[in-house]
Amino acid sequence: MTLGLINANPIVHAKKERVARCEDPHCDDAVDPLDIYDFVRDIRDPEHPYSLEQLSVLSEESITVDDKLGRILITFTPTIQHCSMATVIGLCLRVKLQECFPPHYKVDIKVSPGSHADEEAVNKQLNDKERVAAALENPNLRQLVDECLYSNEL
Amino acid sequence: MDLDDEGSNFELKEIQTLSGHTDRVWSLAWNPATGTDDAQPVIASCSGDKTVRIWERSALTRSWDCKAVLEETHTRTVRSCTWSPSGKLLATASFDATTAIWENVGGDFQCVSTLEGHENEVKSVSWNASESLLATCSRDKTVWIWEVMPGNEFECASVLQGHTQDVKMVKWHPTMDILFSCSYDNTIKVWAEDDTGDWHCIQTIVSGHSSTVWAISFNAGGDKMVTCSDDLTLKVWEADIEGMRSGNDQVLWKHLSTLSGYHDRTIFSVHWSREGIIASGAADDAIRFFVESKDSVVDGPSYRLLLKKEKAHDMDVNVVQWSPGENRVMASASDDGTIKIWELATSSN
Repeated sequence: MTLGLINANPIVHAKKERVARCEDPHCDDAVDPLDIYDFVRDIRDPEHPYSLEQLSVLSEESITVDDKLGRILITFTPTIQHCSMATVIGLCLRVKLQECFPPHYKVDIKVSPGSHADEEAVNKQLNDKERVAAALENPNLRQLVDECLYSNEL
Repeated sequence: MDLDDEGSNFELKEIQTLSGHTDRVWSLAWNPATGTDDAQPVIASCSGDKTVRIWERSALTRSWDCKAVLEETHTRTVRSCTWSPSGKLLATASFDATTAIWENVGGDFQCVSTLEGHENEVKSVSWNASESLLATCSRDKTVWIWEVMPGNEFECASVLQGHTQDVKMVKWHPTMDILFSCSYDNTIKVWAEDDTGDWHCIQTIVSGHSSTVWAISFNAGGDKMVTCSDDLTLKVWEADIEGMRSGNDQVLWKHLSTLSGYHDRTIFSVHWSREGIIASGAADDAIRFFVESKDSVVDGPSYRLLLKKEKAHDMDVNVVQWSPGENRVMASASDDGTIKIWELATSSN
């Protein structure tokens, strides 16, 4: 583990106004990207006591859904180009989505184009199902992910 | 033959669904010694639930039942399992960095040996044809060759370095002691033993796939192999088998054909049947079948899609394996936690 934070001075944004959404998961057969955004916007950043939304790692535009093919694509923007927490953020997104959505949706997670120095390598790792499964069996990594997902500091 | 007749209609009939695992099923293996008149078919499956299950089809009811659950041995996901050619031993590879060897002792499966050495997750294990060697591979980028000694002892014969990333699968050639590995580094490597008994890489296929290569399968004759990848293609390769048999180390595997445009998500598994049907299992929950097309172009054989079974499972298909005994019978396993037994039949019109 590095001694200092990867990005010690992130830019923090105000939380966006929340619109009351339909609570009933069956009220609409199609998956609304904004519903997905609601599930992930409050995930805490691994290094800072702020949400991914507050750090602009995620925004409403991060989520695209193809209902016909049953696919969800999430693109996120790490705060800096050499962010080594990118894979942790990706894992957090995947775990959160697994909990919230029907398993037959295929989820792809990528860093937004140009936002990371090792974009291709990070994307490949985030979408290798076997690597994700093994990572989540690592107790230290799992604990970090759980802290990001279940932190009630917000 | 109906495979040559492009007008033939095929369908994939579901024979039975085997449930029991409590997490995704990563792999399965048919016991090669079973499925004959004397011995009912047996399948081993392995899962993210850290167990291995043994399934057997009842002679009386023709229905599959779970005969054993091998648990409390692996402490993490069991990623792959494979029977020895005689069917007497079962090797299981796990994310806990070990490979376990199991023996059926009067109906009870016992772990008779544990192979340690890899630094992290073991992804695949393979026995050679004569059962004298075992190969394993791992995220630690290495391939290990183990010698099978008397009394279920295993000795590490070689640690093969060369891959630059996670090695996804190892597979011995069906008749010769030549080992193949495929990796997250997008390459396929061929390993052989030289005159002094040292193992080394005799070929690296680099300009083939453009992403992770997940699996390798040989045809019955051993002169062709098919690989599947995250790049959404299947690739067929061939080599001069006579040259290989005469011990020529310089024999290279050459690209024969690429099957592209058929898959739109990662292909995790591919298996070539004795009859020449290539089955693939992919992340779009579908199973596909390909055969050599008889309108061969001048450049060599091409392959055509025989059948696509959509929604074969509710989630990603992780493995497809043809039965060694019965014709056109196949098993598949999925993230949905189930194993399915299928029969590929010609549909009556």
